[in-house]
Amino acid sequence: MSPTRRRRQVALVLATALATALSACSTGGGGTAPAGGATGTQDAVDAALKTGGEITYWSWTPSAKAQVEAFQQEYPNVKVNYVNAGTGNDHYTKLQNAIKAGSGAPDVAQIEYQALPQFALTGSLVDLGQYGFQAFEDDYTPSTWNSVKVGGGLYGLPQDSGPMALFYNKQLFDQHGITVPKTWAEYVAAAEKLHAADPTKYITSDTGDAGFATSMMWQAGAKPFTTDGKNVKVDLQDDGVKKWTSTWNQLVEKKLVSSIPGWSDAWYKALGDGTIATLVTGAWMPGVLESSVKDGAGKWAVAPMPTYDGATPITAENGGGGQSVLKQSANPALAAAFVRWLNNGNGVKPFLESGGFPATKADLASPAFKDKASEYFGGQQINQVLTAAAGQVVPGWSYLPYQLYANSIFGDTVGKAYAGGTALDPALADWQKALVDYGNQQGFTVTTG
Amino acid sequence: MTSISPPVQPRSVRSVRRGRGSRVEGRGWLFVAPFLVVFALVFLAPIAYAVWLSLFREQVFFGGTEFVGLDNYAAVLGDGKFWESFLRVLVFLVVQVPVMLGLALVAALAIDSARLHAAGLFRIVIFLPYAVPGVVAALMWGFIYGDHFGLAADLNEWLGRKVVEPLSGDWILASIGNIVTWEFVGYNMLILYSALKVVPHDLYEAAAIDGAGALRTVVSVKLPAIRGALMIATIFSIIGSFQLFNEPNILRSLAPNAISTFYTPNMYAYNLSFGGQQYDYSATVAIVMGVITAVIAYVVQLRGSRKGA
Repeated sequence: MSPTRRRRQVALVLATALATALSACSTGGGGTAPAGGATGTQDAVDAALKTGGEITYWSWTPSAKAQVEAFQQEYPNVKVNYVNAGTGNDHYTKLQNAIKAGSGAPDVAQIEYQALPQFALTGSLVDLGQYGFQAFEDDYTPSTWNSVKVGGGLYGLPQDSGPMALFYNKQLFDQHGITVPKTWAEYVAAAEKLHAADPTKYITSDTGDAGFATSMMWQAGAKPFTTDGKNVKVDLQDDGVKKWTSTWNQLVEKKLVSSIPGWSDAWYKALGDGTIATLVTGAWMPGVLESSVKDGAGKWAVAPMPTYDGATPITAENGGGGQSVLKQSANPALAAAFVRWLNNGNGVKPFLESGGFPATKADLASPAFKDKASEYFGGQQINQVLTAAAGQVVPGWSYLPYQLYANSIFGDTVGKAYAGGTALDPALADWQKALVDYGNQQGFTVTTG
Repeated sequence: MTSISPPVQPRSVRSVRRGRGSRVEGRGWLFVAPFLVVFALVFLAPIAYAVWLSLFREQVFFGGTEFVGLDNYAAVLGDGKFWESFLRVLVFLVVQVPVMLGLALVAALAIDSARLHAAGLFRIVIFLPYAVPGVVAALMWGFIYGDHFGLAADLNEWLGRKVVEPLSGDWILASIGNIVTWEFVGYNMLILYSALKVVPHDLYEAAAIDGAGALRTVVSVKLPAIRGALMIATIFSIIGSFQLFNEPNILRSLAPNAISTFYTPNMYAYNLSFGGQQYDYSATVAIVMGVITAVIAYVVQLRGSRKGA
């Protein structure tokens, strides 16, 4: 159980670095515990940039290395030590340990939206409002900006976003005469038709992924998590959640979803050979498909996420995150300057070049980005679908202040329903109970619906 | 600096002499001091720190740490998840350890019998899995077990339906047992074999003169002679079973719904601390598990040595 051994085994298991990097994400925000809302100007940041210095940056995004190199070229007097401290949970575990130890944390760290409240509420991050960064509000999509704000404080700048869409294997759909589903009812029908026509094929794979489940609840209009200071409400039985389970139960109970775990080697293979016909996921998926599912080239296409009424286009965020400055930083102004450059300056260019899906409105609207024809997707201008989705995200969602922990125990409770092919609702009630218990132990006052 | 240190040293030695009264005793402490310091730092301090931690409850979100006395212990003893994980490793222990030690014993006796051709080769081959890092072994077996790819998938395809599902909830404990057995049979075999090697030859000669056959020699000479080694192997295996971590933790990525975050007590402690930041409760789980392991190992040892006497 030594840290090195653990690190090595995680590195081995999560050999699919890029994929997991993008997968383990979800959006967050909405907590109100710390008394945030500091205001200031960017003068200190500009001065720090002029003086120069040395900072450390932890990130696992595919563009991090190129970005650090470009930054140092532009500002030779600043030295950025780039560290890939692991992917997803591994990264957060190390970050948490360094914070707890009181030293050893980086100046700047990548933190996903779903994890941000946890770090902000524990007082580990610098409120960037003191450097006048609220001025950037209009540069970002509302949902991503909302995700980096916790309790009125600004705890990071958004880098990417993951408005959800339907990725489907067009070749397979054509072969079996299946039309692209516009509603979830049609999606279930397509699942039945496909599996009946070829029992080795499944509409999608889902072994119980907390990030996906919460995004689906989000799209259905659920608000299962609300936080107001120390008061947390967990309601996994609200109408939105039930709307989602009434659809998804059909797929789980009839075993119409494949049990191949996401991000495993088998999963990539299944995406390439048609075993998994669709993915409902974030806009960062094309990069993953292109780099890790080479067999799928020319087969896949993108359509808007199915809805419940089939009329109003509506979607949710899945994944995405930004960069934050740690309280431990000895030079927070310089660290903030780096974050500003990354996500509101010249750093966006290398990010886009590595296939990232931005959070900045200007880049989302630029014709060069929007109208780019994707070779992998048979020439389809996929960003038209995906950027449209970015404007159709249901507002008002928030994650739990302890979402990382919540996701880590999702399999203990809801996973059993997926494994056994039973209704998700009782399993979600078990999850809720575990979340209430944990929150109360941690000093929150947790209530249920 | 160098001009200051010489006068200091004699004075400190003298003071030690004076304080101790007996010169011999004082010198003795000086000699064991390096060991004691290291022992205290790497052995006593962590245990003391864990015990210290277990008496508090920290709420990471609001920065409060309160002294709760033995509350954490009461909570662990009433924690269904803890007992579920404990019972699981207990079942694992009762089934897997006898199987593994039985196989190891047979292998050791076979190699020692001198009737085996290329005994050296067998010894190495059986021992080899132990040299494979546990993490790599679990990954490798994960691929064999995979019912979407791997050997299990091929077998199912050949049989025409899903018969073998090593990564499903019903099978997973046995699958883990299989990995652990594969890994440690060779190691235990070596312990037993080295004990067999030191059995005095006179005993065999005496047995032969008394007309004992091969089987009788095994039962009446070899087994009693290696009782001590068998006891050591058993105690190692008990401790190993209670500390089960690597194999289930790695297979979890392939069987996320069959292996929970509290599948074994060690996984529970790990996930409490690194998933839930409940360091205090995690320390309590570790201590309780350590005490239980020590008690069981001690009882086994006591029983074993009484029989031997």
